[in-house]
This record gives sequence, structure tokens and C-alpha cells, in this order.
Amino acid sequence: MLTDFPGCSAGSIVSPCYLSACQGENMAGLMAAFGCYTHAIVRGVPTSLAKEALRTGQAEVDSSKAQREHDAYVHVLRSTLGLEIVELPADETLPDCVFVEDAAVVCGDTALITRPGAESRRRETEAVKGALKELNLNIVEMADENATLDGGDVLFTGREFFVGLSKRTNQRGAEILADAFKDYAVSTVPVLEGLHLKSFCSMGGPGLIVIGSSEPAQKALKIMQQMSDHRYDKLTVPDDLAANCIYMNLPNKGQVLLHCPREEYPESAKVFEKLKDHMLVPVSNSEKVKVDGALTCCSVLINKKANN
Amino acid sequence: MTTEAGSETEVKEKEEKPAAGLDQSERATAESQEAAAAEGDAEKEKDGKGISRYLPTWFKKQKSQGQTSPTEEAPSPEKPGGDPEEVPEVNGHAEEVEEREAVGPLRGQVAEKEAERQSDASADTEPAGEEKVVGGAEVAGEGGAGEKEEDEAEERAPAGDGQPSIFQSPLRLVRRSKMKLVVCHVTLLDGSDFACEVEKRAKGLFLFFKVCEHLNLLEKDYFGLTFTDHHEQKCWLDPTKEIKRQIRSNNWQFAFNVKFYPPDPSLLTEDITRYLLCLQLREDVASGRLPCSFVTHALLGSYTLQAEIGDYEPDQPRPLDYISQLTFAPNQSKEMEEKILELHKSHKGMTPAQADAQFLENAKKLSMYGVDLHHAKDSEGVDIMLGVCANGLLVYKDRLRINRFAWPKILKISYKRNNFYIKIRPGETEQFESTVGFKLQNHRSAKRLWKVCVENHSFFRLNAPEPPTTPRFLTLGSKFRYSGRTQTQTRLASTLIDRPAPAFERTSSKRVSRSLDGAPMISITEASRDATENGHEPHLDLHSDSKVKEADPSPGRVEAAPAQSPVRVRVDNIYVRHSNLMLEDHDKTQDEVLKHQASVSELKRSFMEAPPASPPQPNLWEKRLSSSPAAATRAQRPAAVPEKEEEAAAAAAENCDAKEVSKTTEVEIEETVVVREISAKAVVPEVPGQEAEEGAGLAQKKKKMKQRDSVSSESESDEEAEYQPNVPVSISRTQIPEEEEEQEKPPEEEVSPPARSENQADEKKEAEEPTATPGDAPNGPAQRQEADARPLAPPHQDHAPKVNGEAAAVDTRPQVICCSQPPVVKTEMVTISDTFAAQKTEIATKEVPIVHTETKTITYEAAQLDGSGDGEPGVLMTAQTITSESLCTTTTTHITKTLKGGLSETRIEKRIVITGDCDIDHDEALAQAIKEAKEQHPDMSVTRVVVHKETELAEEED
Repeated sequence: MLTDFPGCSAGSIVSPCYLSACQGENMAGLMAAFGCYTHAIVRGVPTSLAKEALRTGQAEVDSSKAQREHDAYVHVLRSTLGLEIVELPADETLPDCVFVEDAAVVCGDTALITRPGAESRRRETEAVKGALKELNLNIVEMADENATLDGGDVLFTGREFFVGLSKRTNQRGAEILADAFKDYAVSTVPVLEGLHLKSFCSMGGPGLIVIGSSEPAQKALKIMQQMSDHRYDKLTVPDDLAANCIYMNLPNKGQVLLHCPREEYPESAKVFEKLKDHMLVPVSNSEKVKVDGALTCCSVLINKKANN
Repeated sequence: MTTEAGSETEVKEKEEKPAAGLDQSERATAESQEAAAAEGDAEKEKDGKGISRYLPTWFKKQKSQGQTSPTEEAPSPEKPGGDPEEVPEVNGHAEEVEEREAVGPLRGQVAEKEAERQSDASADTEPAGEEKVVGGAEVAGEGGAGEKEEDEAEERAPAGDGQPSIFQSPLRLVRRSKMKLVVCHVTLLDGSDFACEVEKRAKGLFLFFKVCEHLNLLEKDYFGLTFTDHHEQKCWLDPTKEIKRQIRSNNWQFAFNVKFYPPDPSLLTEDITRYLLCLQLREDVASGRLPCSFVTHALLGSYTLQAEIGDYEPDQPRPLDYISQLTFAPNQSKEMEEKILELHKSHKGMTPAQADAQFLENAKKLSMYGVDLHHAKDSEGVDIMLGVCANGLLVYKDRLRINRFAWPKILKISYKRNNFYIKIRPGETEQFESTVGFKLQNHRSAKRLWKVCVENHSFFRLNAPEPPTTPRFLTLGSKFRYSGRTQTQTRLASTLIDRPAPAFERTSSKRVSRSLDGAPMISITEASRDATENGHEPHLDLHSDSKVKEADPSPGRVEAAPAQSPVRVRVDNIYVRHSNLMLEDHDKTQDEVLKHQASVSELKRSFMEAPPASPPQPNLWEKRLSSSPAAATRAQRPAAVPEKEEEAAAAAAENCDAKEVSKTTEVEIEETVVVREISAKAVVPEVPGQEAEEGAGLAQKKKKMKQRDSVSSESESDEEAEYQPNVPVSISRTQIPEEEEEQEKPPEEEVSPPARSENQADEKKEAEEPTATPGDAPNGPAQRQEADARPLAPPHQDHAPKVNGEAAAVDTRPQVICCSQPPVVKTEMVTISDTFAAQKTEIATKEVPIVHTETKTITYEAAQLDGSGDGEPGVLMTAQTITSESLCTTTTTHITKTLKGGLSETRIEKRIVITGDCDIDHDEALAQAIKEAKEQHPDMSVTRVVVHKETELAEEED
């Protein structure tokens, strides 16, 4: 009850007790098992990505390599993990369209269609919304023209939401998210550096936050810990970008973690490799990361079973 | 009686010249007696076995008072609450005991009597051994037996039949014969109405127990009774105080509600408790107070159906018909009803108890479960909500959580007027404690929030409630503490419940027709939206030291005041500094307080020399408040008028200039407390003469002054209180500063209306040193000049002045600040601004029946200066007390003279507190008060009379 966070020691690896896979799956109840997914929405990589996608860095993007990496990513989701993939075609006029995460936030059977902070990305939501409708999710749209929200700023921990207030997401956007998911606490976290909140953190399991070691990242973590009634363990990785990984809890697979490979972030990969309870799946993302695309950015994960 | 009065007076004087006198010794005696009694209690607790150990003292008392009192623990099922005869008797008895306690010398006897009674009382009472303890500690063994007999006799006697006893004064006899029964209506959680009669003077606990008995509820610590006050606010009925004094009108209407939502309902022992919790939650959900998603609404609804009507019947005709008669959600759609039915089908075979348990398992996960929301504003005036819950304090803006303070992080909770403060333990990287301040709608809201925090903290975080604060010398202020069992205790007690699960009927709740009460719901306001659009979060006031730091570590949260107008910024700064000051004050020790008192005279001098600066913050807040419609406090009323006036230190009416624009006489009458009367008797009528003091500075904005004054005198309003929770456990030690409840104590403590003035120039200094030094004075003139230059200061200006004295002054805005302090003397208050404490002056006169005791008018030079200068506000306060056997009146007069553009206005506000021994004819008292007011100021007219009957207890003990 007393949730005081003395702070976990940096870099320590914690292995909390995880729930067994997808327990309570048949219950439409609140806070059904975290990480259970059945479907994933992905979108093709437009060739315009290399030149026109928004980016904070300067690096040149190898378009064909980006394509290969993305194919591998989708392959993992489909074949390795057995998710049903809804693949939307790329739209050349939307260079950032591969990053579908920013277009929608799905939790339970509700999908909030966002209003991306970047003007050029607003139309990305149309196709995603269509796909979500197809999946019979309750669609909530962000009609307010003053609101902006990128899915990349939304961290759902299983018990609550943290919304990064960043260049792309504002308070109003966060409020609308809170309205859409009334069961959960929605706390705001300032994002001082990096594009999105999830540019330096993500969930590594129920109650486990993977966090980069940069100062802004650590600061953000502190805020999240302070704001929460729940206790979170943290897994600190040396590289902020490597802190973006994908956790799933799948039937027959158990806990799965898609994370950066050694080639890209050797030190961080080592940290992941110490996780014993997870099925570790390194997925490379060297090209998309140049346009600020992380692992979570490239899919919208949905749990359909829980909703039917 | 007279003697006592004398001593009181002395005490007051002593404040000025701290020479310990007789009175002190008297006090000491009284204290020792109380202490003895307290010890007795403590002993009892130690000696107690089983459940009784966990019973709060008041609980025991209640039991001891009468075997007939309806407690569930007392196995007397056949004792229905319905017996009207019983009720009155019990109550009457209880009251008596209480009164006797108040009577110092008799206290021991009472205690002994209690002990005896307990020993012969049933089940869970203490061993007889305690008797010795108490007796030993106390005086008279003689009265013990006799009294007990008497009590028993009374119990047996029919209602209203007062038995003469040597211990009863004739007065009381009279009263007794007047005792009336009142019918209370309690709305239960299923929407039904429970009516029962209680004696008019029954305490909250009595009614609560009757309700619990009616409900057959044992785990009752999670629940409480609420009533709606005059301001349409839902308040918790204090079990330790008389009902009549809390409800404030003759509206004996209550509601039975969950007060503490157990974080894990599965740990409750009995199904009936869970059922009641479910009923509350269903109402919470249906009303929107507990927001949840569509799916959750449907799921909770389906469990409700399962619990209330059992398995889904496939052949039931048109299930949608009945389902739509039930309210499950604020905006319930057909779609939702269908979903509910669909889910209901899946619960087949589930027992009602299981369905309730499932309901609770889901409900408890909702983020707003058990969060008690209060409207507030941050330092920038941005609307936020403060949520008090089991884990701590949550801060919301619209629906977003923008901050959270876990109990372990909170060192101190306090409120002062309409400000609510929490002192935060420094983080790992921080060196200093910080204080966060919020502005509530009014002081009542602040106090209510503070109380809720104190109670929640105690209930969820402490192992045992904090012992009532021991009476300290000259301690004022509310000593409110949580009086019930803590969660730990109640859980333990629950394990001892040994009865077959009570049968109870799950009635289909009447949620349909229930009106949603005005629980605060988070609403999104457009205005605030805009303000915060760019990720700008509301900024919390921090203590200046830490503010910078805070801003650093958690940039987002603490602050991000992007582009603000210069003015705004300045205000912020000011505010911060001010709070800093207050903090310092808070930290003062008692010694310091005394010192302050000693220096009162010095203060006076300084007042005369210079216009006091007012503490910035309150003004700021007040101003905002006044501008907000929501703030409809009594306090504000007076302010409205004066707005245009400038204040001049007032002299009496005589001083009024020829050009008097308006005169206002305000009369407030408050009826006060029982406790007080008791003490009065014991002590004898004392006449606290309060006098007032200070002329203060001026204020262009008289309004502030007035507001403040009135606030202070409001009975209910305690202006400030602190709470520093001590958690035995470990880390957390929280202090709870309390504000004083002025009204509660005024009579006894001799509240003198302290007027306080602060120099703008050296606010800080003042804060550190309560006494205003002459040096400060110099600033006064400067101010005045400024003031003169701009006689009409716009409201904004208030901000500036308040905060940084000097800066403000420089600011160009004429800020005058007069602060008058609440008439309460707080020792504890120290926390608050010293000025207040220091400044009181008291003058007491006592006289016998309805005689005008003494009116003291102090005219300060500053005030006079007004005349010479253009507009110098001055405040003069006088207090007079009229005492008679049955009537005790305390009058506080504030006279303000304002010069505006050549016109001078004199305004006199009188606050008269009438404390009654017995039923007073208020109309007559009021008439008398008005008459007197007119006589005193023949050349003025009464423009406004505010009558406030205060029912709240101002207990000293407690």
C-alpha cells in the first residue's frame, strides 16, 4: 500500500514474478493479463521514407535495407509469434506511415485514433482507423483541433497510462486519452529530450519498465514512479534507443521480448540477454531508427480474444 | 465563576507580559487533572483485552455511558433502535458525563464512574483493575458510587425525566426537562430511508451506531454519516461531537456512506460489509463519481444483476425492460444494457456474495476507486482537483494526474484560511523540504480537505490513531484528529468477529431514482484546456528555496510556466516567498510563540508607527476567491462592500471624518458550544475580554482585511491547522499543524482578535521574527505615499503587495496591506505567521450579568495619519465581552476608515459571539446586540446584519 519508491539501483536487473501467460483471458475484466495480443497492424514502408520522413537526425537512410528490416519484423510477428497480421499498404504521400503506432492507441477493446502532432502525418490515421474498425474495436476519435497525440508518447503499463508531453503530444491530447480509457489513471510526463516518451523507455514485462540511462530518461522514470500508485521495477539499458522493446505474453510462447540486436547496441543487448524468463527475439532496426522509428513504432498490437 | 473569569483575564494579560501568574498555576492544575484523566484512559487502553484495546477512547466512553447505548458489540439484538424511550435517556446521560468531564474537579469522579460502569458492563469492557488506576489518579472516591447509582437511575427513568442530583446544577435540570427528541432520517446505501429518534444533544457516534445496528453491520469503521451543510457541501458527521452543532440547521437528514474504501475488499471479514461497499460503489459508478469505461460498466453491471437477481433466466420475458430501469452508468445505452445481459449470462451459478466479490475485485482496480476529490486551484489559479486516497494525495488537472504525493512523502499537512499546504519530504537529490500550496474555494473547503487528509492518513497509514493532542498552554485551534479505529485495528478487530454470517436481503438498489449528489467530478473546462495546451502543467507552489530545485529535477511537473505576463510572474514569485515565510512560521516552536506574545507590545508600537503589510498570499487568494462565484463565504460578504473603501486605521466612530460615506455594522451571532458552557460553569463565567488590537495598517484594500477578519471569526472556520502525522512505522513522520478553530475556543481562550500587520518591506523579516520591529515601520510611510498616489488600487495590486513586501511596494502599485488576524490565539499556530500570534492584545473585562464588560478602543497613530495622508488604511479592533450566567457574548469590533479621493468612509464591523449555557433566545440576543451597536455609534446606521448560528462544537478537550 505504501508506495514509496526508494528507487531501484541503476542497472540492476530485476526479475519480478510474472503472471502466467494470458491468465484471465476469458474474462473481460479490468486489467486483463498484460501483454496478451492476438493481432498486429503494420504498414508497408514507402520509398519516400528515405528522403521525406521526418527526422531529428541527419543520417542517410538506406531504403532497401529499411524495407528488409521491416519485412523481418513482420515475419517475427507473424511466423515466430503467431499473431494475425493486418498489413496496410504503404502510402507514398505519407513518408512516415510505417510508424502505425503513432496513429492509434489500443487498450482492451477501445481504440483511440490519435491526432498526430506532425501536420504531415495526420492522414496516416485514416487507414489505421479502417483496420481497427474491421477488427470491431470501439473507435474513439480525437476531434479536438487543439489536441495532438502521438501513440509513441503513450506508455501503457498494464495498470495505467503515462503520456509524454512532447513536441508531438500536448495536454489536451492526453486529456482525451484519459477520457477514452476511464478505467485507468493517466499521468503526464514531460519529455525533454528525444522525440517521444517511448524513445527511451518501454515495458519489459508487467511491472517492469525498461529505461535508457540518459539523464532525461532517468528523470522521466522518477516522475513516473512518483506518480504511480503501483510499484515498477526498472531495467536500465545503456542506450536510450535500445530501451524501446516489445513485450508480449503469448499463449504457448510465454513471455516474449523483441529487443535490439547486439550489432546495434551491444551493451544494451547484453542487458536484455540476462533476462532469463523471457523468450528473447533480437530484431534489427538500424534504418528506421534514423528517422526516429523504434521497434514499438511499427505495429499496433491488439488483443481480440479478450474482447469477445 | 467570577474567579475564573479573572484568571482568564490574567492569562490574556500575561500574553503581553509573560510573567507567570496565578493563572498559570491554575492552568497547570487544570492541565494536570486533564492529564490524569488522559492517563486513566491510556491505562485503560493498556489494560484492555481483546477488542477493547482497539477501541478508540470515545468508543469506550460511549459504551460506558450507558449499557443501553446501541453498540453492536454489546450483544443486545433485541434492543432495537426503535425504542424511543431508550434513546433520549442514553443521550441525556452521555451528555451529562461529558459535561462533568469538562468540569475539571469532577473529572476524576467521572472517570471512576466510567470505570465502574465499564466493569459491570458487558462483554468487551475493561477489567475492573482500571478502576484503581483511575481512582488513584484522581481525586474523589466519594462521588463515584453515588454518581453511578444516579446514572443508572437515570437510565431507568423514563425519557425526559431529570433526576435531581447533587451534581446537577439547577440549570441543567431545567435544560433536561427541555430535552427533546429529534427524528433523524438517514438515507441508507440502498436508497431507503431509516428514521430514528435521538436526543437533541446526541453525538454523531450515537446516531452512527444506531444506523449500524439497524444494518447489522460490525465492520463499521469504513463507514460514516454525511450531511449537507448550508453551502450544499457534503460533510462527514463527526462522531465525537454533538449532531446538532454540526448540522447547523434543523435539517436532521443524513446519509450513510463509505468513508474509507478498503483497498482490498477481499480482506473484509463479512459479506454484509462487502455488500454495503458494493452498494456504495454502484452508486458511485452510476453517478459518474467513479468513472469507468464502457466494458467495465457492463461488467460491473452484470455482477450487480447476478448479485441482485441471481442467475440469468433465459425464459424471462424481455429482460431489457427491467434492466433499463436500473441505472448502471451515467449515460446508459441500450448497447450497454445488452452487453450487461450478455455478461450476466456468463455468471450463471455465482452466488450473490461471489458476485459482489467479483464486482469489488474489478471496481478496486479503477484508478479513481476510493479517491475523494476536492476542487482546488494551483498557485496560478488553474483549476485542479485534489484527490485524497489510501495512498496519499493525488493532483489532477481535468482527468490527468499531474502529481502525486504518497503519504510517506508528506511531512506535514496544514491549512490556513482557504489555503491548503503540504510539506514534502526532500527527494534523494534534494536538500530541502518543499511545501506545496493549493487554494481552495474557501476556508471551509480547506478545512474539510485537511480533515479528510488527516483521517485518511490516520486510517490507512497509522497503526493506531494519534492520541488526542494533550492540552497545551494556550493552545488554540482545532485539535481534530481521526477518532476511530485505523484500518489495521479494524482488520484485527474483524478477525475477532464471531457470529454466523448475518442474513441480509439484497434489495435491488434504488439507484434508479437516486439523485446524484454533487460529488465533484473531474470536468474538463475549456478555459483550462487552453491554458495548458502546450504541455504546460499547472504549477505548484513551492517554497522558494526548493522551487528552483524542484523545477529542475522534474521539469514537467513542478513547473513550466512558459510565457507569462510579467505581472503574473511576479505574483508567482511573491507567492512562493510568502509560503516560505509561512513555513518558517510553521516550524516555530512553542517557545518562539511565547516570545512572540511577549513582544506584542512591541508590535503594537510598530503598528502605530507604520502601516502593516499584509501577508501576500492570503490576499492573493482571497482576491481570487472573491472574484470567483464559487466563493460564497460569509467571509466574503463583508468584503464586498468595502471594496472601494480605503482603510484608515480606525479609530472609533468618533474618529470618523465628516465625510462618511457609508457605515456598516455587522453583527454576527454565533451560538457556540456545549463544551464551552461546561467549562464556563466549572470555571465560572469568565469574561474574556478581548480587545483588540491593533490598528493596523492600512490597506487600500480593506476588503482583504475584512475578509480576513471575518474569516477568522467564523466559527467554523478554523483558519488554520496543521497535522504532522507520526507514523510509528518508519519513515514517515508527518506533522499536522492545525489551524485554530477560533470560534471554538474563543470564549475560553480569550481570543483576542489579533490584528496583524506586516510590513511590506520586511515581510520576510517579520516572518522570521514575529515581532514587527520599528525598523519595519519606515516602509510604511513609503507605502502610504504610494497609496495616496493611487488611491484606487485595482484588485491585481493585491497580489503584488502581498508577497514581497519591498518589491511590491516599489512596484508602483499602491499596496496597502492590512492584515487583521483572526481573533484566535494560536500557540500552535506558530506555524503560521507569527504576526498573528504576536499581535493579539487582550483586554478583558468581566462583569456580571449582561453587563458590558469593557470596550477598548485603540487608536493607532497610523490610523490617524490617514487623516493627514490621503488614504491610509488603519484597522482598529476592539473586543468586548458581555457575560451573564446564561449568556456569554464576545464582541469583536473592527473599525475601518478609508479615505478615497477625499471621501472618508468609516466602516464598523462587529462580530458578536454569543455562547449559551442553555437555550438562548437568539432573536433577543441579536436585538440586544444591534441595540447596543446603535447606542455605541449613534451617528452610524446599521447597514447589514449577518447572523450566523454556529452549531459546531468548539471543544477544547478533544
